[in-house]
Amino acid sequence: MTETEVFAKVKETLVEALGLDDEEVTPEATLTGDLGAESIDFLDIVFRLEKAFNIKIPRGELFPDNIVNNPEFVQDGKLTETGLVELTNRMPHADLKEFEQDPDINKLAELFKVQTIVNYVSNKISG
Amino acid sequence: MRWIWIDRFVEFTPGRRAVAVKNVSLAEDHLHDHWGPFPIMPCSLMIEGMAQTAGVLVGQARDFKEKVILAKVSLAEFNDIVVPGDQITYRAEIDNITPEAAVTTGTMLRNGKPLGHVNLIFSHIDQNLAGAKFPKDNFVFTSQFERLVAPFLEGGDG
Repeated sequence: MTETEVFAKVKETLVEALGLDDEEVTPEATLTGDLGAESIDFLDIVFRLEKAFNIKIPRGELFPDNIVNNPEFVQDGKLTETGLVELTNRMPHADLKEFEQDPDINKLAELFKVQTIVNYVSNKISG
Repeated sequence: MRWIWIDRFVEFTPGRRAVAVKNVSLAEDHLHDHWGPFPIMPCSLMIEGMAQTAGVLVGQARDFKEKVILAKVSLAEFNDIVVPGDQITYRAEIDNITPEAAVTTGTMLRNGKPLGHVNLIFSHIDQNLAGAKFPKDNFVFTSQFERLVAPFLEGGDG
């Protein structure tokens, strides 16, 4: 499956899960900020992706949890160096370049873009 | 008064499928406010009826140990109205269940004819990702709900 095909299917999934119009789903759109996803929607998206692509997505793999509530990873509202390493290891599908300049945990949600999902699924199905 | 919007289960296959019925009666107060001269069953209460049918199915799948909370109405479609004297049938199936949540799909019938679809997502709130804590007692499943499903779990005829 090409990346374009993965994107088309991810787009369809997000349109259904979040009640969006097709044109709202662009690669750079953020799930919470631009597309209005709430916490339960992340689970919904995971379930739908599993079905659409016939894959298994373990908890915390696509959208990592237990990072911001771990004191080893967060100090003064920013990810520590250890936290950044952890995030990099757990989110090889995200582009962290911009976030690394100012690892404010309030900006963590901006890492969850449509392209992040496309990268994750592409890696997953290519094995 | 307890907020129960199903009368009884007519089928219950643990972990998979439940079918419940609700007989709509003009004796119910809410119909007089919705709408006086032309009483119809509110769609919101039919979503609640499906949520209870599917919610009990999801709760029983974990032996009523999880607190099962309706988290999202993924789809609600109604093709007809329901009036006093009608019987609504709620058919719910578990599509996916994980430690954190469950997805159900549901169809509704009005007097045996297609009425609509309601798909839902439930959260097992003690397993929420934010780590929030809730009271120890299971405030979701009262004995009234458990009584509705008991005949099927004891091998009765419902």
